[in-house]
Amino acid sequence: MKKSSKLLAIPLIIWLAVFVVVPFVIIIYYGVTVENDAGVISVSFENLKRFADPMYLKVFLRSIKIALISTMVCLLIGYPVAYILSRSASKYKGLIMLLIMMPMWMNFLLRTYSWMSLLENSGIINSILQALGLDKVQFLYNEGAVTFGTVYNFLPFMIMPINTTLLKLDDSLLEAAYDLGAKPAQRFFRITLPFSMPGVLSGIAMVFVPSVTTFVISQLMGGGKVPLIGDIIEKQFRVVNDWHFGATISLVVMIVVLSFMFVINRTDKQDAGERSMIL
Amino acid sequence: MKRRFKVGWSLILAAVMLFSVVACSLPDDKVVRVYNWGDYIDPTVCDKFEEETGYKVIYDMFDTNEDMYTKLVNSKTKYDVLFPSDYMTERMIDEDMLAEINFANVPNYANVDSTYKDLSYDPDNKYSIPYMWGTLGILYNKTMVSEKPTSWNALWDEQYSQSIFMLNSQRDAIGATMMLLGYDLNCTDDDAIAQVKQKLVDQAPLVLAYLVDDYKDKMIAGEAALALAWQGDAVYCIDKNPDLDYVIPEEGSNIFYDTVCIPKSCGNKAGAEAFINFLCRPDIAALNAAYIGYSTPISAARELMGEAGANAIAYPDLSLYKLEIFSALGDKNKIYDMVWTEITTSVGI
Repeated sequence: MKKSSKLLAIPLIIWLAVFVVVPFVIIIYYGVTVENDAGVISVSFENLKRFADPMYLKVFLRSIKIALISTMVCLLIGYPVAYILSRSASKYKGLIMLLIMMPMWMNFLLRTYSWMSLLENSGIINSILQALGLDKVQFLYNEGAVTFGTVYNFLPFMIMPINTTLLKLDDSLLEAAYDLGAKPAQRFFRITLPFSMPGVLSGIAMVFVPSVTTFVISQLMGGGKVPLIGDIIEKQFRVVNDWHFGATISLVVMIVVLSFMFVINRTDKQDAGERSMIL
Repeated sequence: MKRRFKVGWSLILAAVMLFSVVACSLPDDKVVRVYNWGDYIDPTVCDKFEEETGYKVIYDMFDTNEDMYTKLVNSKTKYDVLFPSDYMTERMIDEDMLAEINFANVPNYANVDSTYKDLSYDPDNKYSIPYMWGTLGILYNKTMVSEKPTSWNALWDEQYSQSIFMLNSQRDAIGATMMLLGYDLNCTDDDAIAQVKQKLVDQAPLVLAYLVDDYKDKMIAGEAALALAWQGDAVYCIDKNPDLDYVIPEEGSNIFYDTVCIPKSCGNKAGAEAFINFLCRPDIAALNAAYIGYSTPISAARELMGEAGANAIAYPDLSLYKLEIFSALGDKNKIYDMVWTEITTSVGI
């Protein structure tokens, strides 16, 4: 039994080795080396110094800022939706869930392009505003538009995990609290919220990580005026042809994202501990 | 039902495998391996070539010159025909990667107009033939400008604030600004770069967006008055919206060539030359130019294209303008990149 279960893990191990470990080693290799004019490759942290330029740091900080704001907004919108969905007994529950998921079946680029044609100056929303006698609003090509695009694209990743954990919440806990005289707010903050924390944390991770590294949304919604760190990395490979610098930036981003995940994971564990104490 | 489904898949799989074995097992001298830009040839041309010559064409595509170069250097795949742009052709000649074309096998080269021979990237016409060409200029909406732009300065005119699209392409944006300030298109002088950077930073608040392909639809929709644009795109946009027009500014601009070359590492030079000869045949060049929408260097092909071949935007009188070709920047690419990143991050925050 034990042996066969080990054998079953072989495909996964091969997969991880080929598609995770090997690429990671290649990125590290490129990240800590430079190539001089003669094509000689040597170990150097020169690119790290290059990345420390205030211009790149500004872009990186902006990426983190937009990702954090997007994550917060996703949480503020996503939590109530997930909560209502999990508590509701409505027969339209399945339909609502379907409507939340449906945009994700459409291609991500297509969705972003649709938003561009809705929001542009001669777009549908501005045409309606004009017809109502209001002034046109410049929606696109700024940080707000990029944040909006990120929230729109990643919101389902916040709703789903929270909804899943809340569905597992045993009603008898809430009933017991009610019997013991706990008010609605108390019941929410002492039972529902702590219970849903694992879902919240994985939702945060699932929104933050892709937001911080996105590059298509910023190019389209930001009109090239809000470059994010993903854009800088993409350009090193496709335009400048400097794979070493591109890999160095990727490494730095990876370290930041990993530290973020580490913090989230720790919070999750502490929380699990506290929760078991409560229960 | 399920079983039949499985059988169907196995058959398809077997067919694919068999096909790939056949394709691999064909001797090199029966195959021509072509590596071209995506969507950059009339789809019927390869079939016609196979029919007429008996060669089998294996066709691969790339997105950027850099992708193509990297693949050629790093992979074992042999290609017989390549389509690099001017500066990449120059770089590959410098790095001794291209084979000299035996023009005895390319008699149709005589169809290429002399205007498009002896160009700076291949001064002796040994390694390449021009495939398509175009210029960089200003695409503008006649109903949205107060007067017809003639200078790059129009892109700095405050009355068009938030009504200007710039190409998110560092070579083109920096090149145009170099010409405006009176420098050479390929200038890498530190002082000139600093001035260009300041000029483009000053422009940034006026720019609605930095786009690459998306500016075409937006100009057609009337989103902005002016755009830094490529000639081939301008032809396409004007066709969709007659309010648009295109101008090559008086300070001069870039003219670009996409070329056809044979790498030294090719497996079938004779086949490659037959393919290149085929591309230079006027009827085939006309098919390609009509399909792609860029300008062909073969005037006999233009005559076959009717109205499209006489289009004044696609075929401007080149003697009227100061036009320069991009050259390979080498290490200076990094400086251009830093400058461009600084410009596009100068607004916001």
